Amino acid sequence: MDLRYTPEEVAFRDEMKTFFREKIPAEIRNKGAAGHHATKQDMITAQRIMNQHGLAVTNWPVEWGGKDWTPMQRYIYTEELMSNHVPAPLPFNVAMVGPVIAFFGTEEQKKHFLPRAANIDDWWCQGFSEPGAGSDLASLKTRAVRDGDHYVINGQKTWTTLAQYADWIFVLARTNPEARKRQEGISFILVDMKTPGITVRPIQLVDGGHEVNEVFFDDVRVPVGHLVGEENRGWDCAKFLLANERSGIARVGLSKANIRRLRDLARTVPSGDATVWDSESFRYKVNEVEIDLKALEITQLRVIANERKRGGLPDPASSILKIKGSEIQQRITELALELAGPFALPYHDMEDEIPDGANDLPDGFDWADTVAPSYFNNRKVTIYGGSNEIQRNIIAKMVLGF
Amino acid sequence: MDFEFSDDQRLLKDSVDKLIGAAYDDLGKRNKAQAEPHGYSEELWTKYAELGLLSLPFSEEEGGFGGGTVETMIVMEAIGRGLALEPFFASIILGANFIRLGASAAMRQDLVPLIADGSQRLAFAHTERQARYDLHDVATQARRTGNGFILEGDKSVVVHGDSATKLVVSARTGGNRRDRHGITLFLVDTESTPGLSRRAFPTQDGQRAASVSLGSVELPESAVLGEVDHGADLIDSVSALATAALCAEAVGAMSALHDLTLDYLKTRKQFGVTIGSFQVLQHRAVDMFTALEQARSMEYFAAMMATAENPRERQAAISAAKIQINKSIRFLGQSAIQMHGGIGVTMEYRSGHYFKRLTMLESAFGDTDHHMRLLDKAGGLLEAA
Ligand SMILES: Cc1cc2nc3c(=O)[nH]c(=O)nc-3n(C[C@H](O)[C@H](O)[C@H](O)COP(=O)(O)OP(=O)(O)OC[C@H]3O[C@@H](n4cnc5c(N)ncnc54)[C@H](O)[C@@H]3O)c2cc1C
Repeated sequence: MDLRYTPEEVAFRDEMKTFFREKIPAEIRNKGAAGHHATKQDMITAQRIMNQHGLAVTNWPVEWGGKDWTPMQRYIYTEELMSNHVPAPLPFNVAMVGPVIAFFGTEEQKKHFLPRAANIDDWWCQGFSEPGAGSDLASLKTRAVRDGDHYVINGQKTWTTLAQYADWIFVLARTNPEARKRQEGISFILVDMKTPGITVRPIQLVDGGHEVNEVFFDDVRVPVGHLVGEENRGWDCAKFLLANERSGIARVGLSKANIRRLRDLARTVPSGDATVWDSESFRYKVNEVEIDLKALEITQLRVIANERKRGGLPDPASSILKIKGSEIQQRITELALELAGPFALPYHDMEDEIPDGANDLPDGFDWADTVAPSYFNNRKVTIYGGSNEIQRNIIAKMVLGF
Repeated sequence: MDFEFSDDQRLLKDSVDKLIGAAYDDLGKRNKAQAEPHGYSEELWTKYAELGLLSLPFSEEEGGFGGGTVETMIVMEAIGRGLALEPFFASIILGANFIRLGASAAMRQDLVPLIADGSQRLAFAHTERQARYDLHDVATQARRTGNGFILEGDKSVVVHGDSATKLVVSARTGGNRRDRHGITLFLVDTESTPGLSRRAFPTQDGQRAASVSLGSVELPESAVLGEVDHGADLIDSVSALATAALCAEAVGAMSALHDLTLDYLKTRKQFGVTIGSFQVLQHRAVDMFTALEQARSMEYFAAMMATAENPRERQAAISAAKIQINKSIRFLGQSAIQMHGGIGVTMEYRSGHYFKRLTMLESAFGDTDHHMRLLDKAGGLLEAA
C-alpha cells in the first residue's frame, strides 16, 4: 500500500497543471475562482482549447478522440481541471450524449455528432426529467409516435439545464405505452432544438440566475434516424449515461480549491482586533471539512482502483462519492456565508455581465456578493444527479443488501 | 406559568394574521409590492398604521399601542409567516424603540404621531465594514463643535435605509474603536442633511438596504438620542428587543415553511405513492417539527427575557435563543428545500423565498459563533444549583 502518486503520475499531474494554467485564459479561470458562473462563451472557448489539444473528450473511446488513460490519470485530469477553476467540458456533450452515441449509436451518428459535440459546434441539453418524473424517471410521459419515417413527439421536459443555449436535446420519450414494464417502452432520441413545435420557457432559480428551463414539445417531427440504439431500449442508454454522470460527481478538486480560497479570504475579514481566521471556532469548522474531503479523496481513489477489478462496471459505492461530495460542497458554501457575515446580504444581479474586479458593488467586500447566491444555488447538488435520498437507497440495496 | 395569550393579544393576533395573510397569500402579490418604489406596499404600510401597529412600543399615555415583547412577537411571527416586506422591524422595532428609550420629550412630541401614522420611517445606521457583529465596534467619528457635532464615517447594509426619512446613527464621541463607552446616537434627517448620502440596493431576501456615507455632517445638540457617550446602553437594550423580535419572525417563517413542506410531502407523488410515505422523509419532517418547537420555546424565552433588568442574564438568554433559532433555521430550511426536490430551488415557489429570508435572519444581529462567544462571556445559561 502506498497512498502517494508514482513518479509517472506526478509528471502527468504537472503536465496537466501546466496545460490548464498556460492554455486556458486566466480571465476565465479567475471568474471561476471568484465564484462567478462561466458564461456561454467562456465555456465554449475553454472547451475548444482543450479539444485542440485532445483534452476535451478524454473519457470517449480512443477512435473518437478519447484517451487510453488509467483511472488514476482520469482522476488527476479532473482534479487539475477543477482545482484550476477551468470550466468543465460541457457535461451534456462530453459526459452524457457523447459516450451514449459512441456506445449505442450508428456509424453515421458517430461521424456526424461526435466531432461536433467534442468541439461544442452543437450545444446539447438533457431532456430526461418531467414535472411528474423526477426521482421516478421511468414514469415519464412524453410520447414519441412513429409516423412514416418520423417520430412525432408530444410532452414536456423540465429542469433542462442551459436549454436556452442548446442546439440539440437528447430526450427520453415513450414509444410503447403498452410495454410490460415501464422501463421497456422508452426510447432515446436526438432532437434539433430548431424543429418547429419546441418551446423553451425559463425557470428562475432561487439565486436569481437562469440556468434551467421547461421544454415543451408540440407535434415535433423528428427523423427516425435520430433514434439512438433500439426503439424501446432507451432505458439502457439512460442507465449507461447516469452511471457515467455519477462517477465525476465527487468534485474533490473543486472543493479543495474552494477551501483554499475560503482560508485566504478568512485572513482578510476583520473581526474584533484580528480577523475571522484568528477565531478558533471558525478554523475548526474549516479543518473539519478538510478532513471530510481528505477521506472522500481517498475513498474516491479506492473506488477508482476497484474499477479496474470490476472491468469498468460502475461501483455502487460510488454513491458514497455523490453523497459526501455534494454535502462537502454545500458545507463550504455555508462557511463562506458565515465568513461574509453581514455582507452576504446585498444582492447583485448575477445575470449582468460581471464587471472587472467587481469593484462597483454596493457594500462590503468585493467577493461577498456571490456567497449567498452560491449557498442557495448549491442546494441543487443534493437534489440532482440522483438525489442523496435515492443514492442512499442504492447503497442500502446494492451494497448493504437490504 | 401561563403560555396563553390574553384576549387583547388574541385579538391583535387575529387582525395581524388576517391583514398580512391576505396581503401576501401569493407570490405575485409579493413581487408586485417589491416592485413599488420603496420595495414594499405603501398601501399595506398605511393599514399597519390604521391597526395601530406602527405605534406598538409607545405607551398608551403617549398615544401608542402600549405593546410589550409578547405583542411584538405576535406581529413579527405574522410578518415571518407572510414574508412581508414592510419596514416594520427597521422602523418600529429598532427606530421607534430608540425613540421611546432615548428621545427627549420635545422630540417625542413631534415624532411619535408621525411614526405612528407611517409618514416618518426610521432605520438604524450602525454596522460598519470592520465591525462584523460587534455592536460596540464604531469607527464613525462625532466631533464636538461650538453648538453641536460633526459626523464623519461610513455605515453599511442599513436595512431599509433607502426609504427611511430618519436614521438613528451611531458615532464615537469618545474612547477607542471597540470601547463600550464613548458611543453616541444621533437622529439624522435623510432629506435635509448636507453631507449625508445613501446608495440603495436590493438584498438577497427581496428587501432593500442602503450604504450610508457621512461626510462632515453637521448636527445640533438636539439631535442626540439618550446621553452623550452612553449610546451603548441604548444599543444593548434595543438590540435585545430586536433580537427577540427576529427570533419571532424566524419562528413564523419556519412554521410556514414546515406547513408547506408537509403539504408537499402529502401531495407529491413519485413511484406511484406520495413521497411522504417514505419513512426517511417522515423522520426528517419529524426532526423539522422538533427543530421548530425547540425554536418556539426559545422564542418565548427571548420575549420574556428581552427586558430583564440584569444585563448579564438578559444577554445570556438572548444569545441562547438566537443560537437555537439559528440552529433550527439551518436544519429546517435545508430539509425543506431538499424534500421539495427541484421545485424547492426555484424563484417561482414559495419555499425558496422562506429559505432566503431565514438564511438572512440567521446572521441578522449576530450569527451562532458571535452569540456563542457572548453566551460564554456571560457565564452560560444555567445558574448554579
Ligand atoms: C438545478 C437543476 C438542474 C437540473 N438539470 C437537469 C437537466 O439538465 N436535465 C434533466 O433531465 N433533469 C435535470 N434536473 C432534474 C433532477 O434530476 C431532478 O430534480 C431530480 O431527479 C429530482 O426530481 P424532483 O425534482 O422531481 O424531486 P422528487 O423526485 O419529487 O423528490 C422530492 C423529494 O423526495 C425524495 N424522494 C423521492 N423518491 C424517494 C424515495 N424513493 N425514497 C426517499 N426519498 C425519495 C427526493 O430525494 C427529494 O428529497 C435538474 C434539477 C435541478 C435542481
